[in-house]
Amino acid sequence: MLPLELRDVSFAINGRTLIDHVSVEIGAGPRTVILGPNGAGKSVLMRLCHGLLPASAGRIIWRGAGSADGSRQAMVFQRPVMLRRSALANVVYGLKLAGVSRAERELRAADVLDAVDLSAVSGRPARVLSGGEQQRLALARAWALNPEVLFLDEPTANLDPNATRDVESIINQICAGGTKIIMSTHNLGQARRLGDEILFLSHGRLVERSPVEQFFKQPASAEAAAFIRAELPWN
Amino acid sequence: MELTRRLWSGVLASCMLLAAPGVPGAQRFITVSSTTSTENSGLFRHILPVFKQRTGIEVRVVAQGTGQALDIGKRGDCDVVFVHDKAAELRMVKEGWFVERHDVMYNDFVIVGPKSDPAGIVGMKDAIEALAKIHDTGAPFTSRGDRSGTHAAELRLWKAAGINPTKATGQWYRETGSGMGATLNTASGMNAYTLTDRGTWLSFGNKGELIVALEGDERLFNQYGVMLVNPARHPHVKRGPGLAFIDWILSRDGQKAIAHYKINGQQLFFPNAKTSGR
Amino acid sequence: MNDLNRAFAEAFGLIGALDAKLVEIVTLSLEVSVAAVAFAAVAGFPLGAALAVGRFRGRGSIIVLLNALMGLPPVVVGLVVYLLLSRAGPLGEFGILFTPAAMVIAQAVLVTPIIAALSRQTIEDAWREYEEQLRSLGAKRLNAAFTLLWDTRFSLITVMLAGFGRAAAEVGAVMIVGGNIDGVTRVMTTAIALETSKGDLPLALGLGIILVGLVIMVNAAANLIREAALRRYG
Repeated sequence: MLPLELRDVSFAINGRTLIDHVSVEIGAGPRTVILGPNGAGKSVLMRLCHGLLPASAGRIIWRGAGSADGSRQAMVFQRPVMLRRSALANVVYGLKLAGVSRAERELRAADVLDAVDLSAVSGRPARVLSGGEQQRLALARAWALNPEVLFLDEPTANLDPNATRDVESIINQICAGGTKIIMSTHNLGQARRLGDEILFLSHGRLVERSPVEQFFKQPASAEAAAFIRAELPWN
Repeated sequence: MELTRRLWSGVLASCMLLAAPGVPGAQRFITVSSTTSTENSGLFRHILPVFKQRTGIEVRVVAQGTGQALDIGKRGDCDVVFVHDKAAELRMVKEGWFVERHDVMYNDFVIVGPKSDPAGIVGMKDAIEALAKIHDTGAPFTSRGDRSGTHAAELRLWKAAGINPTKATGQWYRETGSGMGATLNTASGMNAYTLTDRGTWLSFGNKGELIVALEGDERLFNQYGVMLVNPARHPHVKRGPGLAFIDWILSRDGQKAIAHYKINGQQLFFPNAKTSGR
Repeated sequence: MNDLNRAFAEAFGLIGALDAKLVEIVTLSLEVSVAAVAFAAVAGFPLGAALAVGRFRGRGSIIVLLNALMGLPPVVVGLVVYLLLSRAGPLGEFGILFTPAAMVIAQAVLVTPIIAALSRQTIEDAWREYEEQLRSLGAKRLNAAFTLLWDTRFSLITVMLAGFGRAAAEVGAVMIVGGNIDGVTRVMTTAIALETSKGDLPLALGLGIILVGLVIMVNAAANLIREAALRRYG
């Protein structure tokens, strides 16, 4: 269903413009990182792409073949919402909604839990897992759907370094399986480690789009340069 | 419509299953609509086991004020009515709501009031004169005010005294709009006079300062009657068991059971059935 | 003060003697109110869930109405159910007036708005937390409603308790539709009303103390279950 095209997309709520005339085409392949300071509109942009929010103006089009409705996509949120049931059942739940047959659900769920190293706790209630385990479970729930595109909204913002490393490694595995990664972060180190290209957002506007190396060496915009300068020492 | 009806039966049936008391379906019972005075006095608890033993028929008593008790009968929600408002009973028999009305027993009303007797009626014999005195002195009087048999009797007495007490409602005349017990509780709480049946009075536990101020006037006699809900109007009425109850309560056996009921050695109800069964 | 002491003495005396009559009345009270709450839950939970996640015209008015109906006067409910179930009424042919079934119906009518309104609030709060995640996973509103019902199940226990408290405590409705028939439809509250009208205030209050104790015990038990479940499931 890729590429995904945003044509002059804006989003405003209560008179405040959060996304301001963004036009961009995102194709298959390279991992796209949406970078920008807090309040730049990263989360809103991802929700618009994922279909959780309706654009106030402009159009969002999945231009590729198959799944023209963009149904083969998944999203992992900054704070995962776990259902009050076992880890395994949380994955099965997503598969059930996706229409996967009963027989296949459990098998796939068990496989994917194994892949994120949660087999040992698959029977435990999801809500009593640690923050890192919950985020891995959220990744598993999304991964099990075998999406063509996976949106990740600041997936490690609430995690400690160890858990962050686990999550990043899983993201790479998912990517290696052929899933397009579109991820937001305000963490420059993570952007560098996981990103192939950077979309830099500031005040709801798409300021710059560059390959990751070029972005950090030679940002094209003054805003990006200022952001990198301000953030770097702490990363 | 048919579907709705079926749905309802389903729901109701499951209600029954869930909440039915431990009563096997085979057991026969009738529902008797009666007055709070008879129920509160404990009479039914005394005589119904005797009837059950004789016939195997269980009697379920719904006790309300006479007005409501008669209404329950008119609506067909019981099989037998056992109340004390002869005038109303006879009228409703004439209207075709009930059949087989018979006198069963009587008890008497007494006027109770505070020991201090502000109206000065203790020792009087004439109920009408006593009420007139209460009116003249403006001593507080509580009335059922609930269209019950007792209330009807009280209003007849006021009428005979030529007084319209409802004009003084909220002043010395207080209508509680509730049962005999509640009215006695009110009278006890505010040291007022009130008219009560003797049965409720004797078994009443919260007398406080109240005593019997006047008794024995013939106009205070209170006739109870029994009658069957007209099966022609309400085909589901359990005619056979209902008549069995009426027959029994009019019989020597039933009348004896009534006479035997005593509280503190005092007989409460005096059987006076004219026919001893049919 | 003296009356209160006697009431407590009566209460403990009755409990101590495990009076057969008392056991019968208590059992019937519990059966009727539990059944009523069960029916009310079957009707009220889906209604509450639908109002929580649904967006349709008239939703706001229905919520206001439900919240108002939480304060339905029991006598009014009793009277309406009485008129419906009476032989002269539309459902008279079933002949269930003055039976426990009639009491269950009346209490269920009384409790359904409470369960619907409170579960609506609970589920709507959860919906706010879950909405993006569930929609992202492709849940339609109907899926979401059932998912939320199941996921808020421990909070809904509290909602049912509120309904149970209301059912067990009311006297107006069961008095009218049950008739307070000795051994058939006499429950705690109607027995209390009866003893009050007989002027036996200590016994009435004693029964009241037992009723309150019973409701406290049911609540404590439910709370223990809830706490344990929350510890287990988070």
